[in-house]
Amino acid sequence: MIRQHKSARWFFLLVILHVIVLGAGFFAAYDPAEQDRDRPYVPPMRIHFVDATGKFHLRPFVYGLRVPEGAFDRYEVDSSQPIPLQFFVTGAPFRLLGVLPCSRHLFRSESVRVYLLGTDGYGRDLLSRILFGGQISLFAGLLAATLSLLLGTAIGTMSGYFGGSMDGILMRLAELCMALPWLYLLFALRAFLALSVSPLKAFLLIVLAIGILGWARPARLVRGLALSAKERDFVRAARGFGASHFYLLRRHVLPQTRSVVLTQAAILIPQFILAEVTLSFLGIGIPEPTPSWGNLLSSLQQYSVLASYWWMYLPAAAMVPFFIGYLCLSSSLQDALRTAKIDS
Amino acid sequence: MHGGLPVANRTDFSGLMRYLVLRVFHAVLLLMAASVLTFLFTALAPGNYFDEMRLNPQISAETVSALKSHYDLDKPLPSRYWVWLTSTMHGDMGYSFAYNSPVLPLLAARARNTLLLSMTATVLSWLIALPLGIWSAEYIARWPDRLVGGASAVLLVIPDIALALGLLMLAVHTRWLPAGGMVSVGRDSLSFAGRMFDLARHMLLPVTILVLSAQPLLVRHVRAAVAETLGAGFILAAEAHGIPRHRLLWRYALPAAANPLLSLFGFSIGALLSGSLLVEVVTSWPGLGPFLLEAILARDLYVVIGGVLLSTLFLVAGNFLADLLLFWADPRIRSERTAN
Repeated sequence: MIRQHKSARWFFLLVILHVIVLGAGFFAAYDPAEQDRDRPYVPPMRIHFVDATGKFHLRPFVYGLRVPEGAFDRYEVDSSQPIPLQFFVTGAPFRLLGVLPCSRHLFRSESVRVYLLGTDGYGRDLLSRILFGGQISLFAGLLAATLSLLLGTAIGTMSGYFGGSMDGILMRLAELCMALPWLYLLFALRAFLALSVSPLKAFLLIVLAIGILGWARPARLVRGLALSAKERDFVRAARGFGASHFYLLRRHVLPQTRSVVLTQAAILIPQFILAEVTLSFLGIGIPEPTPSWGNLLSSLQQYSVLASYWWMYLPAAAMVPFFIGYLCLSSSLQDALRTAKIDS
Repeated sequence: MHGGLPVANRTDFSGLMRYLVLRVFHAVLLLMAASVLTFLFTALAPGNYFDEMRLNPQISAETVSALKSHYDLDKPLPSRYWVWLTSTMHGDMGYSFAYNSPVLPLLAARARNTLLLSMTATVLSWLIALPLGIWSAEYIARWPDRLVGGASAVLLVIPDIALALGLLMLAVHTRWLPAGGMVSVGRDSLSFAGRMFDLARHMLLPVTILVLSAQPLLVRHVRAAVAETLGAGFILAAEAHGIPRHRLLWRYALPAAANPLLSLFGFSIGALLSGSLLVEVVTSWPGLGPFLLEAILARDLYVVIGGVLLSTLFLVAGNFLADLLLFWADPRIRSERTAN
């Protein structure tokens, strides 16, 4: 049904990317909220193999930083002191996936804190914040997409299968929902919810708001499928044999919507990730100090940060591979759907 | 193919009227839905603007409740909605608590800037997307198509926010463009032409962001629509008559492909309006976006409701315009409506 090779490749890429973000505790050297007040806006440290004397080291190292005499806002690379990186060492304890207690990190250094992607204004490690922020943003997108697909599939199948006046009302409602400027509506919805809430509550509110506002498109697609599915010969036959509505829906109608729902998931997830990122960027999403890709970028609204610390843009760059994965997956799934339609 | 058009136009006046009434009815329904939804959201609110005043020892409890009753905040939701609806019909969209002034003039000033930005972006997007789409439809699967397709794919995978911030960074670092805002400091001393140039310089960055983010979708649809009509028999016949290629593309293929594109035009207005919200905040363009955000943070109830409603109105107007164009361009719709 679905062309295996092409979509499978993109799916595999996405799995790898998500595993990296899920294992943030392991891949990140430090806790995302841990501050190093003496080291604000450290530029990304470069990994070296060859030291100042031209000697090659098998073990990669970085150079330490020092604040030059009389300066307070810039750093100098101290190339006299190579700091070797250690791999798979014990460090700050964390919980893998939020449950498994663990303290093993991919890399760190014993003497000096290593900032491969630099630090923010509080001296927090940007790499750790991007990885942990990814957990929040990706999870928000996934959950919201799941919610709106569940809602959309439920409403769509009911509407298409039972038809009648309920179908008419629900579909007019869906048309209205699709014509509304939903980013503005999301704004309005957020406007009237409590402004300062705990990160967890904010997260749930955002997921609920995005998920509920997004039901219309999947509902309309699924309705069309249910409408044609219930007139297929084998479904009529099953109905003739006295199958109940519940049985027909579960055995014959829902399975036919599966590939369309999966394709919709690949389309909706990046959109909803972006919705969370936008809200958090504007300061009405996930609040600090919990990192999310959106609130990591919000420091760029200050001119001084924008003009002097380019690495604060890296969270935006981190989104791009995920978007490539999702968009390529969705377009290859759509191609597969089209060929399946031509074949049948 | 346009032979019957003028005649049909004259006789179909009642058809046009019916079509118009239907579309206006739909538009009003949408506006009502948006306003009801935003009002329902206000019911979810755990507090309001005046609750903060309670914490202030210099304001007595009586003053707060007097203010609340003055602004009808102590009434139940349906009656509040009714009061708001009737006054909005009379052009009074309520009162801003934070600015201590009626909402409508405040919104109007910002809406003008937003419209300036998003309308310019819409026009430019289509001026760029049409030739690009036609070009790649003509050379389908050859290098121009691959080039345009590749560029669209690159733009598609860059999230809007990354694109906006990236271009802003570029502008700041190269100092080619002003980093934000709508006017320069010494604007008043400039001549009229100088002022226009200044405005254009400030508009360039936000408009570029909007145009680039709209391109992939538009180009893909133009390409698909034109490619489909290029395979039709009448194009082959026209080609056999020796009609030049560019005339064939622009005068024969494009009008025949116009139907889906006009619907897309209405949709693109909405998308660019929504997109301009973020772009305005990023580039500090004094439009509805930053104003709405500020109102949300200040819990300025009627400004938020008015802002959301105004943007819905723009959206509805865009779709209405697209419907009108569709009626004008597509004889099938005219006859279908008349037949009904």
